[in-house]
Amino acid sequence: MAERKPDPLQSALDFERPIVELEQKILDLEELAEQTHMDLTNEVRPLKELRDKLLAQIFESLTPWQRVRLARHPLRPITGDYLDLIFEDVVELHGDKLYSDDRAIMTALARLGDERVMLIAHRKGKTTEERLATNWGCAHPEGYRKALQKMKLAEKFGVPLVTLINTPGAYPGIGAEERGQAAAIARNILEMSKLRVPVVSCVIGEGGSGGALGIGVCDRLLMLEYSYYSVISPEGCAAILWKDGEKAEAAATALKITSRDLDALGLIDEVVPEPLGGAHRDRFRTAISLRDRILFNIKELKKLPVDRLVESRYERYRWVGDGDELIRAVREAKERGGRPAPTPPAGGDEADGEGKAEGEGGG
Amino acid sequence: MAWVRFRKKDMPGGLWTKCPSCEETIFSKELSENFQVCPKCSHHLTCTVDERVRYTLDEGSFEELYTELKPVDRLDFRDKTSYAEKLEKTAEKVKRLEAMTIGTGTLHGREVVLGVMNFQFLGGSMGVVVGEKVTLAVEIAMERRLPLVLVCASGGARMHEGALSLMQMAKTCAALGRFADAGGLYLAVLTNPTTGGVTASFATMADVIIGEPGALIGFAGPRVIQNTIKQELPEGFQRSEFLLARGQIDRIVSRPQLKDQLFLLMEFLAPTSDEARPVSELLAAASRSTNGHSPTEGAEAAEGAGADDGAKNRLPEESGDEETPKKKRPRKKAKKNGKA
Repeated sequence: MAERKPDPLQSALDFERPIVELEQKILDLEELAEQTHMDLTNEVRPLKELRDKLLAQIFESLTPWQRVRLARHPLRPITGDYLDLIFEDVVELHGDKLYSDDRAIMTALARLGDERVMLIAHRKGKTTEERLATNWGCAHPEGYRKALQKMKLAEKFGVPLVTLINTPGAYPGIGAEERGQAAAIARNILEMSKLRVPVVSCVIGEGGSGGALGIGVCDRLLMLEYSYYSVISPEGCAAILWKDGEKAEAAATALKITSRDLDALGLIDEVVPEPLGGAHRDRFRTAISLRDRILFNIKELKKLPVDRLVESRYERYRWVGDGDELIRAVREAKERGGRPAPTPPAGGDEADGEGKAEGEGGG
Repeated sequence: MAWVRFRKKDMPGGLWTKCPSCEETIFSKELSENFQVCPKCSHHLTCTVDERVRYTLDEGSFEELYTELKPVDRLDFRDKTSYAEKLEKTAEKVKRLEAMTIGTGTLHGREVVLGVMNFQFLGGSMGVVVGEKVTLAVEIAMERRLPLVLVCASGGARMHEGALSLMQMAKTCAALGRFADAGGLYLAVLTNPTTGGVTASFATMADVIIGEPGALIGFAGPRVIQNTIKQELPEGFQRSEFLLARGQIDRIVSRPQLKDQLFLLMEFLAPTSDEARPVSELLAAASRSTNGHSPTEGAEAAEGAGADDGAKNRLPEESGDEETPKKKRPRKKAKKNGKA
């Protein structure tokens, strides 16, 4: 993928603008210094200090919504960047062998450091053309079926899986529904829970709901610092619960979707730190951290006998969120070998004929 | 990703009910006795959990399990009101603690595990407890080697429990994966509406997927799709009939026939005897032994399996079967309910 130089100010998010503006000034001064052979170090230094201070200040207190916007940043590194930066000897394998080749999910054999892996990754684009081709990272059923077919291939030959998650969600369209979007995702989830090879997943940008989970059932779940993972997009949630799509900011907070929130809930294994200011400010360093953390986890998982690997993945999801007292109680009862005492039904006829229930859900 | 607004007129209750499809006014009691199916136009109205249990299992056989599981507001979620408050109000109104009811019972004498989702409880959405109950139902079916029947109705994963809800998709599917590997039989009934994270997890992972007539079944809700693609949706889009034509579900079964069809499928896929016996005989035998909810009308309804109209009139002696399925229950080979 050719490197393009978009205008940084144009792609800057509102809260990034002061930083980017300062940087423009610094660049201008440095250019001037070069052209005129004047020593402007004393002029540039305070500006740089100010920038660093601003960066630290702004990024220290990011709101969840700001983090969501960073995850969607037009300059944020995407699968194509990581392919250039950390994956080598890439052999892309196309097609679901059933219907077509969905470009929103790429599947490839690749070398990561000293590990052979099967890479399964959502793909987005940087130009309008690329975005169209990859459907903005929104896969159709054939994308999920392609992924499954390659997972099975990897399993057969004992190749660990690396999945990179970056999708606003699975595509909601007529064709997708006709060809069984829901069942394709469900099938992937079910089969991934049983794969007899290590699976390491990382959310690198947007972790949009079922569309993310469709390639995200794993032994280790990592998240880049400024990525998000949610049951529904903040906009979608706002539209349903607040009846106002503009309340996405509030929804982003309520849904607890940042890497920190999910870490606190015990739903992820690691937050992969990003450079100050976000992955797009230093894609190389981001890529290296990502590579190192994935490699570390693959190596750890490879030490486990396969049966234990599969068993612990099962347990991981069986008791997910067992910070929950309720789940813990069920678990303890089960582990004691106890069966639940039959309880009398809560009783009553539930129809009252006047409720206006609303379907509330994501997926 | 998907949601469907629940229409007031769909709700059962009151002395008279107006059919939302043909607008016929029907005596509610009659409607309930008719499986909440409009006698005039056959439109399937929403039925309550109690009705669903009554329509599906033998009378009085249902033993509900895990009624005490109550959702928790782990995220301190608050939109216009707090989730905790919403839960309380809903539980009070619906008289249940969650959108999922599970238990065991007999279906024409055969013991099964049944799960029924309740769309009236926050749109049947799946949070931790719904996911847990689905998983527990799978585990009970697996332990006791019973067929599993899940009646689905859901707007998707529950937003108020955030990513915890999303993870229920993985939990339920993983459990079903094990159940399938162990040879367990799972039949899913998708009712109006089944969408979002429920369709994208346990609902579509059944051995046989049955849709109720006219039920809306899909991944994304129609409004979301329409907003995305900005064009009119085709006629009947995402309805059972549409999905059947596109190969996404196995059968469409109307509610009065459902019990018999489930029984029939169980007799084919998890038979109680080596010998294939006419289903009419089995049903007649079941009807004698259970005296339950009109299995006879099912004999007519059980199309496609040699259901004969004589079955309901046949005298016990004529059917010539020596034992009733109720007493047999041979699938329960290893009943290890391991009392604590």
